[in-house]
Formats: sequence, structure tokens, C-alpha cells
Amino acid sequence: MKIHEYQAKELFRNAHIPVPAGEVAFSVDEACTTAENLNSYPVVIKAQIHAGGRGKGGGVKLANSREEVKNIASHILNMNLVTPQTGPEGKLVKKILVEEGLNIARELYLSILPDRATASIVIMASQAGGMDIEEVAAKSPQKIIRVSVNPLVGIEPYHCREVAFGLDLSPEVSKQFCSMLIKLYRLFVARDCSLVEINPLVVTEENAIIALDAKIDIDSNGLYRQKDLEDWRDTDEEDPLEVEASRFNLNYINLAGNVGNMVNGAGLAMATMDIIQKAGAEPANFLDVGGGANAEMVENGFRIILADKNVKAILINIFGGILRCDVLAEGVVQAARKTSIPVPVVIRMEGTNVEQGRKILAESGLNLITAVDLNDAANRIAEIVKG
Amino acid sequence: MSIFVDKNTRVLVQGITGREGQFHARQCIEYGTNVVAGVTPGKGGLTMDDVPVFNTVREAVNKTGANCSMIFVPPAFAADAIMEAADADINLIISITEGIPVMDMLRVKHFLASKSSRLIGPNCPGIITPGQCKVGIMPGPIHLEGNVGVVSRSGTLTYEVVDQLTKQGLGQSTCIGIGGDPVNGTDFIDCLAAFEDDPATKGIVMIGEIGGSAEEEACTFIAEHVSKPVVGFVAGLTAPPGRRMGHAGAIVSGDSGTAQAKIDAMRRADVHICADLGTLGKFCSRVFAGNKD
Repeated sequence: MKIHEYQAKELFRNAHIPVPAGEVAFSVDEACTTAENLNSYPVVIKAQIHAGGRGKGGGVKLANSREEVKNIASHILNMNLVTPQTGPEGKLVKKILVEEGLNIARELYLSILPDRATASIVIMASQAGGMDIEEVAAKSPQKIIRVSVNPLVGIEPYHCREVAFGLDLSPEVSKQFCSMLIKLYRLFVARDCSLVEINPLVVTEENAIIALDAKIDIDSNGLYRQKDLEDWRDTDEEDPLEVEASRFNLNYINLAGNVGNMVNGAGLAMATMDIIQKAGAEPANFLDVGGGANAEMVENGFRIILADKNVKAILINIFGGILRCDVLAEGVVQAARKTSIPVPVVIRMEGTNVEQGRKILAESGLNLITAVDLNDAANRIAEIVKG
Repeated sequence: MSIFVDKNTRVLVQGITGREGQFHARQCIEYGTNVVAGVTPGKGGLTMDDVPVFNTVREAVNKTGANCSMIFVPPAFAADAIMEAADADINLIISITEGIPVMDMLRVKHFLASKSSRLIGPNCPGIITPGQCKVGIMPGPIHLEGNVGVVSRSGTLTYEVVDQLTKQGLGQSTCIGIGGDPVNGTDFIDCLAAFEDDPATKGIVMIGEIGGSAEEEACTFIAEHVSKPVVGFVAGLTAPPGRRMGHAGAIVSGDSGTAQAKIDAMRRADVHICADLGTLGKFCSRVFAGNKD
């Protein structure tokens, strides 16, 4: 789960990790009040959306007076911000962060994330703050400092020293940095983060270390013990259909194509999308109804798929295991009767009790096209959408 | 022969009195698996069908000689259950549970490093040696005894592949789902090494998916250490970057974890890449033709 910069900074502040003074604003008036309270110009106004590259899209501006705050805030609030990460459709800005301006001497990069290969927690840092870490990794990988921490032992001072020396910090700054890094690591662990990134982490001309930016992703599997963070989920930032699907415990991702598809199991669902594309059509979604799907989930699946107006046909691909094909076929027939499906449906079933399942579909009187195998299913669906 | 489980495996089920645990314990028993014990804290002394239930794994091991545990406890308690099993010196721990926090798995993985136990999963369908032992949630009847080893990150996609193999008359030595989580126990390399050493395995099918670099690392291993023919398949060519495709570990981040990178790695390791899931069974028939007994 993603959270906003202002929320990440609240977690930082609570953990005594230095951040610029500032506050989130939902209106131009609030922005002006916050700027006045900061009591010194310039202030920085930052669009709060769940995507990076906000500066490049015009979502981060400096304001030198109350008048400028007013102008910039009214421009950014409700703007459709397009950044390299939002896609061409952009994102509507509903809140802005108003912060004190800093006298920046150096910009650094710092992040913490789990490393799947070594099952450790990795601290990454670089002197090239403000740049995408992927870009630094591609151009000059030797400039990235990587320190692995054993999660059973936790962070030790030598980890911090290694990063601090790598960043070429002065002794005075280094001391602050190490203290901050320990707090950051502990926050990462305590809050079930899957990413904490500060880009840039700045050293000010007054030799203070401050997190100018803050990005935190939370491991959704850990949310059951982070109840207060659960409320920070911002469904405005998500696809409405995906929000709806998540209410029914369906794993749904909206895509650009026109072939809706419903599959049991994530791996098979991905493979089904691939097959659709191989047959010359484009999947409209990823939808995993789960290994143990029932009639109700199939029905909800139909509803979600059909809410996407681009969908011209639906492919159902089920491998019946513990969930038998006859039970599933009943579910499909029931759901189809209830939902009245306006597009052709191709069904491919295999596995336990497949013969009974096919019989139920054939005898339903519904216009369901039964495919004999995977490729037959994909070819039929491609023919339909190509007209 | 087979890898990791066979007819001598003595299985205990952690969470045997829960809905899932009970259902699948029964399915395994029906398949012929020797389920010797169940563990549910507070329910010691009861029985599930004829299986005795114990309060702790250690007690179950002491009284029944269980050497393999299948775990169905909810995600919040799963890391604890895995560590309890490892501390009781269970040889093989299979965690079916989906949704364990990554932070918990990081700790588990380092804890296991000091133990002799092997962990399969979490978030996996389990393991089956057809005709001998099923420790997992896969449908038993689609499997056939034989000499193809199957290793996969997925569940139903594996069933699909196994079903096609069986229909081609290609039986399986052992089929393992290593799970769809970013941090898991047994990996592709462990399974490939075991299949390479297993005289009953003549060919291997490896099913990968987007996310991480486990397939790439496996391919480096294959190039150096695997002499048996390997068929490879990768799911997720059309998956958009930055989106988690159902499995917690199935995500393309930046340029890493793409299906294409995995397919390229397979090609370099002379893995027989099957691009068409619809005909994977037939493809394997052709590749393994020279390897049938």
C-alpha cells in the first residue's frame, strides 16, 4: 500500500527523523495560512499524489510571497498532474504540502528495502540525490552504496558508518546521519514497510540532515498489525474498479485491452493474459478469483469485468482442482442468469469433473461458448473481438 | 525414488482443526499420505478423524515420529508455526499459508539458516510424489507416477501443466510449488539440484513468473550443474510494470523481474523454452522423448 509524502513525513516526525516544517493543505486558504504560520519565505508547494516525478510535471513549485502561494496553490490544486509515473492520463491533485524552504548544500539519496535474494534488509545510498536510483544504477553502479542488515540482529553502528563514509559526510553531519539512519531502520521494521525512500535527503548550509522528500510503501500483508495506517489508504489514487474488486476480495487489475478474463489462480491468470495477447487480442484486466472460488465470487467477477465499458468479450479459464468444474459451471450459469451478460463469453474448463461441468454449461440454454482447449479459447475470443 | 517426500514421510498438520486444515488433511489421507498427527494449541488430546491432536509440535514429534509438517495456520501466526516446527527438528516444513508479512519471513529465513529443516513455501500448493505422498492442496487425481520433475512458483498453473503431462502419459517423479511470495524457503536451485541427483527423475519442467531474479539464478545453476533436459515456461509477458499480479512476489519493478529477462536467461542456459502453454504437454513429450524408460 502506498501512502502520501505528507503521511510518510508524519511517520518520520513521530520517529524523530528531521523533516522540513510544513503541513498538508486541502484548499488555497489552508495553504496560505500554513505559509503564513511558517513565518518565512520562500515556501515549497508540493502536489500530493501517489506517483513520483512530480517536479517534472509541474507539481512542485517555490513561492516567495503570500500572493504567490495563493496563485501556485490554486494552480496545483485540482490540476491533472502528468508525470513520467502517472501515465498519460495523469492524476487529479486534491491536496498539497506546504513546507519551509531550506538552504540546501548537498542532495543525497537514501532508501531501505527488503532484498528477496538474500532475505536481508538493504540500505541503499548515493551522493547523487534527486536522481532516480534506477538511473544511477544504470549509469554508474559504483556510486551506489549497498549495506545489508541481518533482520535478526538489526542495525548496528558499523552499518551506519559504512553508509556515512560512503556519502563523504563531515564528522558533524555524520553523527546526525547515523542517529537518523538507526531511527529510519527501526521505523521500517516496526511499520512493516516494503520501501522507505528519501530522495533527496539534504544537508543544509547550516549542516543539518533533513528528509526533504519521503516515500513509504507498506507491505499489505502486514496491515493487520498497522491498523492506524490502514486508514491512510487513499482510494482516490486507485482505479475505482480495483477498489470495488478489493471489497469482494478479488484480485483485479484494470488494463487497456478489450478481452475481459476471469481465471482461478494468479499464475494461470497471468498465463491466460499472455495467451490472449498471443492470439492477437489484448487483455482488459487481470482477475484472479482465487484457487477456491465460489459462485458468488464468479458473479462479482462478472460485475467488475462488465463495469469496464471497453470489454467486448469475456474469457473464463478455470482449472478445476479442489474446486470442481461442475460446481464452478453451476456458479457461472447462476451468475450469468443474474447479471445478464451483454457480451459473448468463451469458457475453457479443465480438471476435476470437467465432463459434468461442460454438460451443465451446454444445457443451461445460455449463450456460452465452450472451448475445447486453451488455444481454441484464445483463438475464439480473438475472432470475436476482431469482428 | 523422488525428492523430499515419499511413502515413508510421516506428516503432521499444524492447524488441523481449522476449516482448511481439516479439509486438506482429509484429502491428503485419502490420497494415501501417512498423516500421523495434528497440532492445534489448546486442542491437545482430541482427535481429527483418527489423527491425534497435540498442543505443541515437539510433543507431536516425540509421540508420533512426525518428520514433515504441513502448515495451515492464519498469516498472523504462521511465522511462529514455522519456527516452532523447525525448533522441533521437523525435516520438511510446508507452509501453505498465504499473506505472511515480509518482515516475518525475513526473520524466519535467517532463523532457519541455523536449523536443519527445509521450508517449502509459504503461499504455495505444497509437494506431491505421485502414488506415494501428497503434502499440499493440489488435486491428487491429475498426477501420474513417472519420471518428470516439476517445480513452479504457482498453484493452478502447475496443475494445468501437470494435467497436460499426465494426458501425454508423462508421469511425474515429484511436483513442488515453491510459492509466490518474494521471500520463501526452498528455491528453484534447491529443487533443480535435488532433481539432478534423483535417479527417478529423467527430465525437469520449471515454471516461472515475473518478479525477482530466482529464474535467472536458476538458469545460471542449470548451465553449470544440470545435465537432465529442462523445459521452461514463464508467465506474465503482458503484465504491466509496477503492479502486483496476485502473488506478492509477482511484480516487475523498473527493468528487473520481467518475463523477457527470464526467458532470455533460459535461452542462454539451453533450457527448452515453451512459449505456448496450450501445447506444453506435447512440447514436453517431444523434448523428453529420448528420456523415457
